[in-house]
Amino acid sequence: MSDVATTTERRRPTLHRPVPPTPDAHDFATRPYDLVKEFVLALLAVSLLTTGLAAVFSSPDEPAITMSSWAKAAPADVVATAAAELAGTSASATYGPPYNSNAEGQKLLGIPTQKLGGVRIPVDSAALVLQPLGQVSRDLPLRAALARWGAASSAQQKAWATRYADALAKSGGKVAPAAGYGPVPLLADRFLNLARSGGLEGSLTSSGNFYGGDQTRSLLLLSDGAYLEDTARAQQLGGDQWGMMNETGNYPGQPWMWLYTFWYQVPPFATSENADAQVWGLMLLLTAGLMFLPLIPGLRSIPRWIPVHRLVWRRWYRSRPAASGPTPRA
Amino acid sequence: MTALRTTTVGAADHPSTNWTTWLRGRISGLVPPGEALPDRQPAYVVSWIYVFGVLTLAALVVVLVSGAVLAAGGVAWWHVSGLGHFVNSMHLWSVELFFAFMVIHLWGKFWMAAWRGKRVLTWVIGVLAFVASIGTAFTGYLSQSNFDAQWISAEAKDGLNAVAIGAWFNVLNPGQMLLWHVLLLPVAVGIVTVWHIVLVRRHGVVPPLDSERGE
Repeated sequence: MSDVATTTERRRPTLHRPVPPTPDAHDFATRPYDLVKEFVLALLAVSLLTTGLAAVFSSPDEPAITMSSWAKAAPADVVATAAAELAGTSASATYGPPYNSNAEGQKLLGIPTQKLGGVRIPVDSAALVLQPLGQVSRDLPLRAALARWGAASSAQQKAWATRYADALAKSGGKVAPAAGYGPVPLLADRFLNLARSGGLEGSLTSSGNFYGGDQTRSLLLLSDGAYLEDTARAQQLGGDQWGMMNETGNYPGQPWMWLYTFWYQVPPFATSENADAQVWGLMLLLTAGLMFLPLIPGLRSIPRWIPVHRLVWRRWYRSRPAASGPTPRA
Repeated sequence: MTALRTTTVGAADHPSTNWTTWLRGRISGLVPPGEALPDRQPAYVVSWIYVFGVLTLAALVVVLVSGAVLAAGGVAWWHVSGLGHFVNSMHLWSVELFFAFMVIHLWGKFWMAAWRGKRVLTWVIGVLAFVASIGTAFTGYLSQSNFDAQWISAEAKDGLNAVAIGAWFNVLNPGQMLLWHVLLLPVAVGIVTVWHIVLVRRHGVVPPLDSERGE
């Protein structure tokens, strides 16, 4: 540490001192420079600019989708989602780690990276529907339906729910009662009523805890439906619409994530089943490349080949056309 | 101003195993005397590009102050208060400016090959600050408790889960994300920023390319 030179003291030139590849900054002539004044003026300028931008452009704040607003805007979607959760065919039910073991998840170069973390946040998709319904009181048909569902084998449950989900998909949401659906139509109907009434808000969040700070289950339920994505896509926020870096309204969003988002727009990532793992792997590699760029031959020489630095230091180069080295100040 | 007396003088009397002496030596040796806040710079430090490092730091201060005001009001304050919404807007735009300045600063340093002369670690820590800042901003978007937070978390979970990070860093848990946003990541950004600045002051501003003898 003691070999670091200073600009506040004049350094005596030493004979036979080894010449470093890059001269010591402290060997150059100096000029007055007020760092504190520069910072204070910068802080003032940025504060004023920020205030102006905030006053003129404000910031987006589209209210969160509630279970109630979902049920009122897209009731068929709520019913279809409930059926899919019960059938075990929803996105969360077939997700794999960290929510369940129902899929292996994504791989990177053959390595099952998604499995590496294990099932650390267990989520039972059927319980996303059954648990809130189990808390409803004074509804005897619902009690009977829940009892019938609970008494059936898992194969029977899956058969009922799958048949009903398929019928919903074919009919576009209206299905005539049929014996093959078991108690699923009534469960789905009551689930819709519960959501519409607002009774579903918080029931998946605060289960067992007054302070419900974890929205994992309610967000998974919402994501399993089509309404959330439809709403996002209508605002150009889909994954293939550069959605990860955008936000609602005409706001810049997170432009610093453009490269991460870019890969999702182009093949092979745009059509890959392992796109997330591949994009993450690529971005980790590129970030490491940026971080250790000074050690990578070729890349570190680009600034010498494309002389933008001539613009940065044009005054210094003009004053020192020979550019043969620093001027000893002593 | 009256000179203040000290109790730290006399370090030479301490045995070499004194931890305090060792730590003081390390701290005082980080930056050469007078270099923490020098009133002169090398003659080649004449360009607008040098301003963007300071602008980044200034924007970070505005980000922290506006974020602190938002934190004082609570999670939902900015949804129901005009003042809160304005402070949120300041927080948003200061973050946008912060990244704009930082990226210009980064590009400037790239074209100056600013890693020369034992400054590789300065570059590495600068990139680390950039990455930590992206994480901090990202968790901010997840902590908005509005539609954007819902959608971004629903989208982002797949990427994080695909590489097993989501098992510990759960973007669907706004309570966890808020704490990362207001404490853990800002502390990380603060540490790497101070580290970066100490390294800059320690080595000084990189000299011009082609100023090497013999080139």
